[in-house]
Amino acid sequence: MKNHKTIILSNQEISPGYYRMRILAPEYSRLAKPGQFVMFRVQRSLPPLLRRPFGIFRAGFMASDCDGMAEKEFIEILYKVVGSGTEIMQELHQGDRVELLGPLGRGFDLGDPHEEKILVGGGIGLVPLYMLAEKLIETSQVRLLMGGRTRNDIITVTEFERLGVETYVSTEDGSLGEEGLVTQVLQRKLDKYPKASVYACGPMPMIDAVQRICAERGTSLQVSLEALMACGVGACLGCVVKGAGHSTENPRYLCTCKEGPVFYAEELDWNRLEQQNSAGGGCH
Amino acid sequence: MATQHKQQVKNKRPSLSVEIAGLKLKNPVMPASGTFGYGEEYAPYLDLNGLGAIVTKGLSLNPRAGNNTPRICETVSGMLNAIGLQNVGIDAFIEHKMPFLDQFDTPVIVNFFGNTQEEYGEVAARLDDVPGVGALEMNISCPNVKHGGIVFGTDAAAAHQVVSSVRKRTGKPLIVKLTPNVTDIQVLAKAVEDAGADAISLINTLTGMAVDVKTRKPRLANTIGGLSGPAIRPIAVRLVHQVVQAVNVPVIGIGGISRAIDALEFLIVGASAVQVGTANFVDPNAMQTVIDGLEEFCRNEGVADINDLIGTLEV
Repeated sequence: MKNHKTIILSNQEISPGYYRMRILAPEYSRLAKPGQFVMFRVQRSLPPLLRRPFGIFRAGFMASDCDGMAEKEFIEILYKVVGSGTEIMQELHQGDRVELLGPLGRGFDLGDPHEEKILVGGGIGLVPLYMLAEKLIETSQVRLLMGGRTRNDIITVTEFERLGVETYVSTEDGSLGEEGLVTQVLQRKLDKYPKASVYACGPMPMIDAVQRICAERGTSLQVSLEALMACGVGACLGCVVKGAGHSTENPRYLCTCKEGPVFYAEELDWNRLEQQNSAGGGCH
Repeated sequence: MATQHKQQVKNKRPSLSVEIAGLKLKNPVMPASGTFGYGEEYAPYLDLNGLGAIVTKGLSLNPRAGNNTPRICETVSGMLNAIGLQNVGIDAFIEHKMPFLDQFDTPVIVNFFGNTQEEYGEVAARLDDVPGVGALEMNISCPNVKHGGIVFGTDAAAAHQVVSSVRKRTGKPLIVKLTPNVTDIQVLAKAVEDAGADAISLINTLTGMAVDVKTRKPRLANTIGGLSGPAIRPIAVRLVHQVVQAVNVPVIGIGGISRAIDALEFLIVGASAVQVGTANFVDPNAMQTVIDGLEEFCRNEGVADINDLIGTLEV
C-alpha cells in the first residue's frame, strides 16, 4: 500500500467507449492480488477532485525503451467512459502524470485447487477476473461466462482464451454469442458442473441474480462490488454495504474498500443490496 | 537590514509550533474530523508523529449506523457527503481505538456530538479521565431531538446552553466546532465563547444538494448533504475572518485546505491552527505536504516563527 506518483504508458480505446490504460507501477507484480484495486488520481490538478477506484486488470513487465535498462513494471486498468472522471481519462496520453494508491482491498480467495471454477463477468465488471483467471488456471479448470448488452460490451475475451480459459459469450441483443442474459448460461453450466465455485463481478442486477442462483443451489460464491468512494482506505465511510445480519438496532456496515471489494455472498445482506446500490451507477 | 534579517532566518529552521487552549502543537496542521477515521486508517501512508494533532471521527454516546447509500458524490471542486455520523460509539472508541492513538507523540482531539444536551454531557464526562485525550472538539451541527430537531449550532441560546452544560462536565480543553449555515456567525461565536469554549473551530460543511438529471433523484440517499473541498474555501476564510474579530479565544480554520498557501490564508486572517479535510481523501499525504509547505514559506519569507504570521492581515 503506497501512493506512487507515476506516468501513463499507453491509453487506447479497445471497444467503443471502453479503454485500456497501462500505467508504470513499480512493485505491483509482486504485491497485487487478484481482485484488488487502485485509487487512481486522474491528474495532479483539478478536476476531478477525488480519485477513482479501478480494479487491476493485470500486472506485468514490458521491455524498456533502450538496451541495458531494466524492464518496466506496469498495471493495466480498463474503464468505460461514463462520467466526468473517465471523460478526462480518455483524453490522457503516454507520459501524462498520474498517481496510484494501492494495491488496496481484500481480493479473491483462490479456493481449493483442482476444483472447477466459473467466472461470471458483466461488461466492465470483467476487469478483476483476468488476474484471478491467471492464478486459478494454474491448478483448476476455469470457465468464463461473459455477458453484455451488445457486442461492444464484450471485451478482452480472447485474452482469457489465451490463458486456457473456456469462454462463453452472451449478449442481450444477440449481436455476439448467445442471445440473452449471462445468468441463463450460468444456470446451464451449474447443471453440468454442480460442484463448481463461482466468482462474479458486474452490474448490481447481474450480481443479485447470480447470488439468487448460487444460494438456491448452495454454490460457493464470491462477488466483487463497485461503490462510490472518496478515500479507498476505510476513512470516509462513503462506500459501505450492509452486511449479513444488519438491522437498524444492530447496524453492520462493511467498507467496500477495506473489507471488500470481494465478499463471500454469505457476508452480505442481499435483501437490501440491490436497492442501496441502484442509484450509484458504478464507481467511475 | 531587512534583507540581512531574512537571510539569517533562511538558514535557521523556522518554528512552526503553536498553542491552542493550553495544548502545545508541533505545527498548526491537523485533520478535520471525519476525514481521517480513527487515525489508524492513514498510519500506513503518513507519519502521525509529524502532525500538529490528530482529530478523531465524531463520536456519540451509542454506536451510530449512519445513512443509506449513496452517501457521497463529487461536485465541482468539492464533494457532498451524508455519511450520517456513523461511528463505533464512545465506549468502543475508548477501549479499542484510543490505545492506538495514544502511542504517538501527537495530541489527540476527540470530536463528539449528541442528539440531546444530556448526551453531549455524558460523552464529555466519559472522556474526561481518559489518558491521552488532549482536548475535546464539540460538533454542535446536530439537531436537538428533544426540541423539534432544531440544530444546536444555529441558535445562539441553544448553543450557549449545550456548551455550558458540557463545560461543567469536562476539565479538558474544549473546542467548539461551528456550522457555517447561520445568518450571523459572530453571534454564535460569542455565544459559545461566553459559555466557556476554550477555542472555536470552523467551518463545518455547508449544506448542499445535487440531482441526477436522468433519474431525477437526489444524488445522495439523504437528499441533502454537506459540501466540502476547495469549492468552499473562500467562504470559510471569510467566516474565520469574521469570527476572529468577534472573540478572544483561539480559532482553528477549516475549509478546502489542500496546500500550504491555503492554510496560510487562514493563519493570516487570524486562525491559530488549521484542519485539513477532504484533501486527505485525495492524497493521504496531504497534511505532510501542507506542513512542509508552511516551513518552506516561512524560510523563504524570512519568518522565524509561524506565530508571527497569525492575524497579520492588512486591510
